[in-house]
Amino acid sequence: MASIRVDGNDVFAVHAATREARAYAVSNSAPVLIEAMTYRQGHHSTSDDSTRYRDSDEVDSFSNQSDPLKRLNKFFEEHGWMDSDDVAAMENQERKEVLKSMESAEKRSKPKLSTLFEDVYYDKPDHLINQEKELMEHIKKYSEQY
Amino acid sequence: NQSTVNTAYDRTLPDPDYSSLKPQTSLNLFSSINASLSHILETNPSSVLFGEDVAFGGVFRCSQNLREQHGSHRVFNTPLSENGIAGMAIGYASMGGLAIAEIQFADYIFPAIDQIVNEMAKMRYRSGSQWDCGSIILRTPCGAVGHGGHYHSQSPEAYLTHTPGLCVVMPRGPRCAKGLLLSAAECKDPVIFLEPKILYRSAVEDVPDEPYKIPLGKAEIIRSGTDVTVVGWGSQLRVLEKACNLASEKFGIECELIDLRTLLPWDAETVIQSVEKTGKLVVSHEAPITCGFGAEVVSTIQEKCFLSLEAPLKRVCGYDTPFPLVFEKYYVPDEWKNLDAIKEVVEFAQ
Repeated sequence: MASIRVDGNDVFAVHAATREARAYAVSNSAPVLIEAMTYRQGHHSTSDDSTRYRDSDEVDSFSNQSDPLKRLNKFFEEHGWMDSDDVAAMENQERKEVLKSMESAEKRSKPKLSTLFEDVYYDKPDHLINQEKELMEHIKKYSEQY
Repeated sequence: NQSTVNTAYDRTLPDPDYSSLKPQTSLNLFSSINASLSHILETNPSSVLFGEDVAFGGVFRCSQNLREQHGSHRVFNTPLSENGIAGMAIGYASMGGLAIAEIQFADYIFPAIDQIVNEMAKMRYRSGSQWDCGSIILRTPCGAVGHGGHYHSQSPEAYLTHTPGLCVVMPRGPRCAKGLLLSAAECKDPVIFLEPKILYRSAVEDVPDEPYKIPLGKAEIIRSGTDVTVVGWGSQLRVLEKACNLASEKFGIECELIDLRTLLPWDAETVIQSVEKTGKLVVSHEAPITCGFGAEVVSTIQEKCFLSLEAPLKRVCGYDTPFPLVFEKYYVPDEWKNLDAIKEVVEFAQ
């Protein structure tokens, strides 16, 4: 299988590699593997503290040298297409949008309890209809507990 | 070579008398498991511990400091490959070493099912005991944890207990975890050791510092009673204890509560004796009700205790859906559902 390795943190390099890979795939009717090299700056998940297994110096070093957004911002700045004020305004605007979305998502009410038994199958089978009935009766009977 | 007895199942071995085993240290479940693993690594030079992220201490801290204490050739990481982890355990054990393998979440055991079912469970049988991979402990965190959703909450014991050749064990707390793990380390059959993850931090008990063993294949009666037999395993015992307390306080119902501890082979005798006394049975587990391990318990008991029964045998289990996220509280077989079932069977019998 044809493959190409590219600096995954360089947006232009990734674009070029993808363009070439697509052209190859289309003209050869064959797959292409794009190996985009990168670095995970953040923790694996909210349950992870990555300082337990790597130096914060290592993380900082990658962040300063290789962070894709930092590199792109610098590129735009060097060409005079954006300055740090533009970047700050953009980040501020995006942050507002995200927070607004979070707030509106948090305000949405929880789905109905009946959805617990939906989408297991195309049609709800008898045993699930019965189990749902059991649960609803139970909650009614022990309502203070739920 | 069948000349030696598999002492791990020795039911003549009494349960440890904890009050006489001093000194003791207050430990949570992961600390107790950690201490037990360290003991095994110390005393069995062939033992190795491996899995994803075990080297830095494990995502639940069960293997913390073990690499530092016992060496990087004894405690090491594997790639993200459950079938590889299981396969490696099989290979290492088939050469006589004790392989303690970890699957990071029981929900991820499924890529390894072919290795577990077709290789691990059958090696002894298909070679007529010429070869075996009995010196395996495959540890994995299981069960509801409050926010685990579909893929960090499962209890896969039904898939595993359906596989002859495996031993399946689930501790309910730090004390029995140590005894069961130390027995598993000497068991001549591969042991799947399911650790209820919600108990890692929340279950705290005084654990004797010295090593002790609890026999595999033997249940424990953790509360005596005459009205109804209640059976569970793992973290479900905490829920069932609440239900038994409520039943006693509200209705004067005295339950006999049994922890199976080992699901395969399971101690039917203890449950049979209890049901012959009480005439009633409630079994409870988080895993979905259809073909859950409760079905096995109920089937066997109805066959063996039919004439002693005073009420239908009840199962209080998870519903037949994938484990939900936001509706976990409604899905799990909580103390109210179990109280209701206990009350129902007692009233039926009256």
